[in-house]
Amino acid sequence: MNTPVLESGLVSQRVISEEIEKIQAGAAAGQAQPRLDFAPYRSAVLRHPARDLRPADPEGAELVAPVFGRSDVDPLESDLTIGGASEPIGSRIVVRGRVLDGDSRPVRGQLVEIWQANAAGRYVHQRDQHPAPLDPNFTGTGRCLTDDAGWYSFITIKPGPYPWHNHHNAWRPAHIHFSLFGTEFTQRMITQMYFPGDPLFALDPIYQSITDERARARLVAAYDHDSSQHDFLLGYRWDIVLTGRHATLMEDGDA
Amino acid sequence: MPELTATPGQTIGPFFGYALPYPGDRELVPWGSAGSVRLHGYVHNGEGDGVADALLEVRQADASGAVPAVPGSLQRGGAPYTGWGRSSTDADGHYWFSTVEPGPTRPRSAPFFAVAVFARGLLNRLFTRIYLPAAPAVLDADPLLASLDAAERRAMVAVREADGSLRFDVHLQGPRETPFLSFPGHQR
Repeated sequence: MNTPVLESGLVSQRVISEEIEKIQAGAAAGQAQPRLDFAPYRSAVLRHPARDLRPADPEGAELVAPVFGRSDVDPLESDLTIGGASEPIGSRIVVRGRVLDGDSRPVRGQLVEIWQANAAGRYVHQRDQHPAPLDPNFTGTGRCLTDDAGWYSFITIKPGPYPWHNHHNAWRPAHIHFSLFGTEFTQRMITQMYFPGDPLFALDPIYQSITDERARARLVAAYDHDSSQHDFLLGYRWDIVLTGRHATLMEDGDA
Repeated sequence: MPELTATPGQTIGPFFGYALPYPGDRELVPWGSAGSVRLHGYVHNGEGDGVADALLEVRQADASGAVPAVPGSLQRGGAPYTGWGRSSTDADGHYWFSTVEPGPTRPRSAPFFAVAVFARGLLNRLFTRIYLPAAPAVLDADPLLASLDAAERRAMVAVREADGSLRFDVHLQGPRETPFLSFPGHQR
């Protein structure tokens, strides 16, 4: 089984895993963010800038995040299990945590958006052709505003892993997409939260595009028994740290 | 206070289309309203093909240069101007907004739209700026533009089209690659 390209026209997991290993062996430790030029994720090959990012001092609109309020988000939008006529299928969970900025300050009253596959690993999206069942009681999208201490909380269903065509027999580890805003537009970010102990981590080029092991671990939620509820659901805890603020630095006279 | 390391970003993936777009997302002001302008363009990959699964967000001042910090972006109807909008790309990689031209946020500064770019295949968001076309003296005085060569500088300034629209193409890679920005404290 050394054939680099299989009948499907896709390379094998082994080829992808060797590429991942080679890049990670040569990567400097402590890189907190994914490599944009991570070729084992094939879609990245033509979609990453080849030139270095240009250093810029944020100004004007970059220093002010958009503001969202109670007029924008209904509290019911944080429960992804109540949109249908009956309960969605799967393991009911709560995912909760705090959104902090780089100086450990809570990000208050800010929008958090999530989307995810259902328990069978299927998205409600026409481009998802994975032959797993849709769940009429689950769309997999949610929104909430953080509270005064930066806490967000979503009740949902544990998503399933699903196949994709990056390479032959490629499977994404189960994950929930998170969209986050800080207090400055420069803190805007989108990421994915994973579940502890997933056997697919080592095989997944999107997760492994973060070459530093400690940095990768920051995307994995922890099972949190204190968040689990008797006879009802399992709890996961995941805290999110945004990049630091700039406006405050200037107010402090540091910059 | 202790400095924390930022959580890594990840790609937006291919399936955000039923989650992030919402009615009115690209209308910072209603289409055709007084003082409105269409800001639009294409997102290209390294071979010049349109990127059909990208998402752009703009953050901007109002025409007077004030940056609003008011809620209402998700409920456009009757809401005040919020200075933020979101546009996914269509099958050709085309995005478009109905907005206003931002004014200078400092005296004599070059006005721009702040932009965040997301796409399947793009492992972390990218930031850039769309500068309004302006007199060379205004653009020359901008610290970022002054640090770029002529071609890079052109790549950051919108083009005024015959119908008054502003056109700005994003090239994720290639000979016309858009200059993307890193802000202090952002780690690659």
